[in-house]
Amino acid sequence: MDWLQILQNSASTIIAPATIAYALAALGLAVHFGYAGLLNMGIAGFMALGAYGYAITILTFGLPWYVGVLVGIVAALIFALILGIPTLRLRGDYLAIVTIAAAEVLRLLFLTSAFDEVTGSADGLSGYHTEFRAANPIPAGSYGFGPWVYNEIGWWVRILGFIALVLAALVVYRLVNSPWGRVLKGIREDEDAVRSLGKNVFGYKLQALMLGGGIAALGGIIYAMDRNVNSGVYVTSLTFFVYTALLLGGAATVFGPLLGSVIFWVLQAFLSNLLPALVSSGVLPFMTTIQASTVRFILTGIALMLLVIFRPQGILGNKKELTFVK
Amino acid sequence: MSSDSSPLVARAKSTGLHIGDAVPGVAKTDPILIADGVRRTFGGLTAVDVDHLEIPKGAITALIGPNGAGKTTLFNLLTGFDKPDQGTWTFSGTSISGVPAFKVARLGQVRTFQLTKALGLLTVLDNMKLGAKGQRGEGFFSALFPALWRKQDTEIEERALVLLEKFKLDTKKDDYAASLSGGQRKLLEMARALMSQPSLVMLDEPMAGVNPALTQSLLEHILDLKDLGMTVLFVEHDMHVVRHIADWVVVMAEGKIVAEGDPTTVMKNPAVVDAYLGAHQELDLGVVTGRYHPDEADPTTDAKASVSADAEAIAAAGAEEEGAP
Repeated sequence: MDWLQILQNSASTIIAPATIAYALAALGLAVHFGYAGLLNMGIAGFMALGAYGYAITILTFGLPWYVGVLVGIVAALIFALILGIPTLRLRGDYLAIVTIAAAEVLRLLFLTSAFDEVTGSADGLSGYHTEFRAANPIPAGSYGFGPWVYNEIGWWVRILGFIALVLAALVVYRLVNSPWGRVLKGIREDEDAVRSLGKNVFGYKLQALMLGGGIAALGGIIYAMDRNVNSGVYVTSLTFFVYTALLLGGAATVFGPLLGSVIFWVLQAFLSNLLPALVSSGVLPFMTTIQASTVRFILTGIALMLLVIFRPQGILGNKKELTFVK
Repeated sequence: MSSDSSPLVARAKSTGLHIGDAVPGVAKTDPILIADGVRRTFGGLTAVDVDHLEIPKGAITALIGPNGAGKTTLFNLLTGFDKPDQGTWTFSGTSISGVPAFKVARLGQVRTFQLTKALGLLTVLDNMKLGAKGQRGEGFFSALFPALWRKQDTEIEERALVLLEKFKLDTKKDDYAASLSGGQRKLLEMARALMSQPSLVMLDEPMAGVNPALTQSLLEHILDLKDLGMTVLFVEHDMHVVRHIADWVVVMAEGKIVAEGDPTTVMKNPAVVDAYLGAHQELDLGVVTGRYHPDEADPTTDAKASVSADAEAIAAAGAEEEGAP
């Protein structure tokens, strides 16, 4: 068993584009769930809109990649608006049902062969990277040290991802520490009380849904910049992975989602390297290597349950501020 | 209450509030809230059916009635938290029928809730600051630039601290509201409502579940509101509270207004006694059932009558009344 290799692979994911994408999505979800109390179970749908908006703009309409970024975000904002207007009057748990359904509707629309020319249906979309990579100012070659050595394309995606993440975190940090954030937290506690104080609760919830949705779409775009777009990625389990990352770090915090995503991905990489290695070295004789690599998803599910029960506030959260039992 | 608070002085009741006889729906000399033909049904049940109601400005009005009389429903309707089947109402001359709750609050008509709604996982100070109206930092884009709202926020904080001190919650300002006792939450909710500088304060059972010492303090705060020029409308079950602070009493039963008047006269009204107080208000049930000696009877009751009353006869009469259609 090559421990060095396992640790290197795990450490490498700390700044992987997927980690950054999850961090953005989890940050968006923190706005929805942690601050506004909106139980959005359709975060994967917002990410899908970002990714498809980006790829379709480039492939179908032949527009520059940065227009694609804009289209991806705007698509998510419009989706939030359409989803929010009829559903934000619903109570928390009903909102969860509606959002999970809406995300599935989106995924099936991207999957159906009816729009094959635009969405690529089951094959997904690829081959839209040329222009994005041509815009890369970094000269060709490998950079970095230790486990973090990537080529110029790898760094280009990561740098853009970091910029997006820092900007999004800054905006969210400023907002939640302003009177706007105070109203939002008030809504999380009791809508009617906030309404009785003269605040337009519906308007605030809509703003929160759009802000979080836009940030999650940005995550989807970073994900799409790194690899291909495929509807098989934006399934409901993605939503649960993002929730795991969010709850791990702390739902009502700004830096918790970032930390949670890093821990989530490092653990995933560690387990997906370690478990098959354990099987091949004969430590887990009752499993095949393929079975071993899926065990990590079972462990993820168990981790999510344990988190919600024993540490609902996450690593960075304040136990008093967020609990599931009131 | 602490010893440094001002001595309790009897404050004058407002009089001359109505025009003509004090009948249900009587016109007021200076009404702040006027409701007409407000009706709300839940399936086959008519919860509220008010033909005409005027709330006098600058006075304390109590809304009383038995459970299920429609008091809270009327509150919800007048504050925009519920929509009536029909009816119109105006506040300070502005029609607010069908206006959403948050706009009603912005006009200066704030309410509290029967089940206290302290925002548990916000600090006491944040609860207070949330109450202030017209905050620049509450806009999405302006919130991003603290320079635009920091000064106003500091002013709001100062105002909040003054109010918290008055309500004796200043030492709790950094605690989460969830850590407050039930009575303190009532105080916080009232103080928070005052942050919006309202002209009409509507309190839904402000004394429910509050211990007697705190009740006294809450009563003083309500009387203070009147002194500050605000109008108060409150729902209450405790008749002593109503007698003590209300200038005007409106009695509801089965969704209708059955009587109006000043506290002393209205409580002698046979319709009120029937609908609400019951036939044995003068009896101390402790004495009637023999658990207390007549000397220990509540001073507001008739000890002699309590001694001579028969507990079983009262219970039987009560059961009969309950069963009546």
